[in-house]
Amino acid sequence: MSLDIVITGVGGQGNVLASRILARAAMAAGLAVRTSEAIGMAQREGVVTSQVRMGDPLWGALIPSGGADVLLGFELAETVRGLPRLKPGGVVVASAAVIVPVTAALGLAAYQEEDLRNYLRRNVENLHLVDAGALAEEAGHPRAVNTVMLGALAGLSIMPFDAEHLLRTVLDIVPAKYRGINSRAFELGRRAVGGY
Amino acid sequence: MRMLLMGNGAIARGAVEGGVQVAAGYPGTPSSEVLGTLAALAPDKNIYVEWSVNEKAALEVAAGASYAGARAMVTMKQVGLNVAADPLMTLAYIGVKGGLVLVVADDPGPHSSQNEQDTRKFAAFAKLPVLDPATPAEAKEMARQAFALSEQLALPVILRPVTRVCHVCQDVAVDENAAFAAPAGRFEKSPDWTIFPGLAAKKHVWLNRQQEAARQLFNSSPFNALYGSKDELSPAGVIACGVSFNYVQEALQLSGISLPVLKTGTPYPLPDEPVLALLRRVDRVLVVEELEPVVEEQVIRLAWRHGLPVRISGKHDGFLPREGEFSVDRVQPVLLAWLCADGAAKGAASGPELPRKEGEAGVHRGQPDPAGVEAAAGISASTPEPPPLPVRPPVLCAGCPHRASFYAFKKAAEGKDAVFTGDIGCYTLGNAPPLNTVDTCLCMGASVNIAAGLYRVEPERPHVAFLGDSTFFHTGLPGLINAVYNNARIVLVVLDNRTTAMTGHQPHPGLGRTAMGVQGKELDIARLAAACGVEFVRRADPYDLEAAINVAAEALAFPGPAVVVMRRECVAVTKSTSRCLIDPEKCLNCRLCIEELGCPAIFPGPEHPEIKGQCNGCGLCAQVCPAGALEEAVK
Ligand code: SF4
Ligand code: SF4
Repeated sequence: MSLDIVITGVGGQGNVLASRILARAAMAAGLAVRTSEAIGMAQREGVVTSQVRMGDPLWGALIPSGGADVLLGFELAETVRGLPRLKPGGVVVASAAVIVPVTAALGLAAYQEEDLRNYLRRNVENLHLVDAGALAEEAGHPRAVNTVMLGALAGLSIMPFDAEHLLRTVLDIVPAKYRGINSRAFELGRRAVGGY
Repeated sequence: MRMLLMGNGAIARGAVEGGVQVAAGYPGTPSSEVLGTLAALAPDKNIYVEWSVNEKAALEVAAGASYAGARAMVTMKQVGLNVAADPLMTLAYIGVKGGLVLVVADDPGPHSSQNEQDTRKFAAFAKLPVLDPATPAEAKEMARQAFALSEQLALPVILRPVTRVCHVCQDVAVDENAAFAAPAGRFEKSPDWTIFPGLAAKKHVWLNRQQEAARQLFNSSPFNALYGSKDELSPAGVIACGVSFNYVQEALQLSGISLPVLKTGTPYPLPDEPVLALLRRVDRVLVVEELEPVVEEQVIRLAWRHGLPVRISGKHDGFLPREGEFSVDRVQPVLLAWLCADGAAKGAASGPELPRKEGEAGVHRGQPDPAGVEAAAGISASTPEPPPLPVRPPVLCAGCPHRASFYAFKKAAEGKDAVFTGDIGCYTLGNAPPLNTVDTCLCMGASVNIAAGLYRVEPERPHVAFLGDSTFFHTGLPGLINAVYNNARIVLVVLDNRTTAMTGHQPHPGLGRTAMGVQGKELDIARLAAACGVEFVRRADPYDLEAAINVAAEALAFPGPAVVVMRRECVAVTKSTSRCLIDPEKCLNCRLCIEELGCPAIFPGPEHPEIKGQCNGCGLCAQVCPAGALEEAVK
């Protein structure tokens, strides 16, 4: 069995960390793993895409276009941008977060938030739109968005390991003093997709 | 033990297992983490690691260590090799004693580079063996074995990972206890270390002979292997180099086709035995490699010399492009088109569903598109076009001091028709609106010389060169000396943010802190400029906008080369605890703060601009606001 996950977002949101956590969890579960992302200039508020492949067979780290099983979107417009990477019937777990790029603030581009949200709702069969920002605040820290999203992904029971395994990996990586916040964030994400 | 390692981390681990004793480099994406990892391992593993001021210095340091018998590694990105080309070309003649491995990271795409030069071609030019890994695990193994290979051939060896190896993570086996019994190093004097024309003439013959020796070694290298159909005869076969091997294998698997595939990890000198063995079995062969046809040309030469009637396809007949990064999406349609070209696959290529990205596939010229299948996205075929998506180019961070420096010079030069020459670093992003303060960018350290050159043609116009602190030490200093020597009336602005930010915040001589964390002498950029003979040298804090504009205006008025050091720490390092708040009562909603600065933390709101959480409280917007509506607060 193999699983291909594409994570999209904006530089600085921490999706690189999410991809590392997924990879570690997969490795700890005895699966082969590859991740890939562009590191460098794009991290300055540009589009950042990570790819995580786990299982067998595994060749390169790049997921063929239209081949991803899961799209984990950290930002609304970037989730829409990432859709062509998803396979037919694939699962989308998306944060409702909106990050307006400078180009839009300067009036050089449009950011049509409502249209983008509606587009996702109308056209993605397996959509799980999560208010990750609010849930992270509820858990105790706005930066826990990452963990909320991982919790939501785990709540869907589509990973080749169970939710507890992923949570353990998250808690292994975060500093001890943030374990409480991250456990709560994970559970809130999990519940947001009805994962119980 | 298995660890999740990034390709660059894997290379560092491989180097440690291979007995590296001295490592030097200059940061450059995607290579930087190799040396960063080595520096972190240095105290435990008894390795000396340094960030050198530039790639030439790094290679020469490593060469010195190798002359004394130590195993040495140098790391850089592909364009860094241009800077190190001078020592490299002759080091190939001199040869090495301790194994010397250059890690030169290539960036097909390019993702983070100013060009797509192919280091494999450079290696062939320098007549040095080059290894091209497909995965982090292989890169680790290559790094481990490269030192012994280098010693066997007495030549520097180049390890050339691409971005999709450097920045790919994989589960990799690591030997924590690997120990290498390093011989006690000592430099033995001999005329062979001193290049003179006579020695060069002699060594050139030796170097050419070593090409054959390397080819022989590569004939039995584990980095070359035959995969797929083992049938005696097959109408068609593939030769794939480096990461392209992954894409070929996955494309064949997706298409349900089995072909013999020769994977090569040693593109130069290409081993003849495995290649000839394949060429004798097939009628046609497709060579798949990113960028230049380095392997393809050697295959053509081999086939010609051995009179083998094989049709060799690749870049020369337009099946594959010489530009950009490959992927399964790019390779699969080409593979199928090539197979269909005269039915050699006997129908194997009919029928498979082809997921592919619009506009990326079918890159070959004049070939029918065998795929003809529309992009199969995760949404049904009848899905409408999405609403327009905002472009999202990378920008300077919220509160980045460079924004303030650019803005100060822009203000001071208003109405003066100034030209702003830029350089390599985060600050290249000053090109974007609304700042528009980077009119040129070429390579490391070029800003100052380009400005001086422009000045020769349009002396009445102000020419302002911007470069970063690390770039100043890399190659900016000779340019400044040249400007003083030849009296070019330019302003050099050193954007001193106390780090090498773009590549991940490495230290440099201005900080005095070394790669291994030792605190030494801090080199003072302003005093260096003064010592170079610059008569106008000022320091300014870009966060104090008025003062910065005044200094900029003075520099622009100075009748000779002038230097302004804009000093303020990179916000990505300092993690500020303050932020700006907007007072809705006072705000006129004139949007000057947005339109003048382009800070990603301010965006238009329904009544007045809003400031987001990533604000670092640099206070620049407050100094631009005509109504005093922005005030600093604690985060
Ligand atoms: S103070 Fe103003 S310019 Fe500086 S980071 Fe905050 S919003 Fe941006
Ligand atoms: S990392 Fe530092 S130098 Fe680079 S854009 Fe951000 S603040 Fe500026």
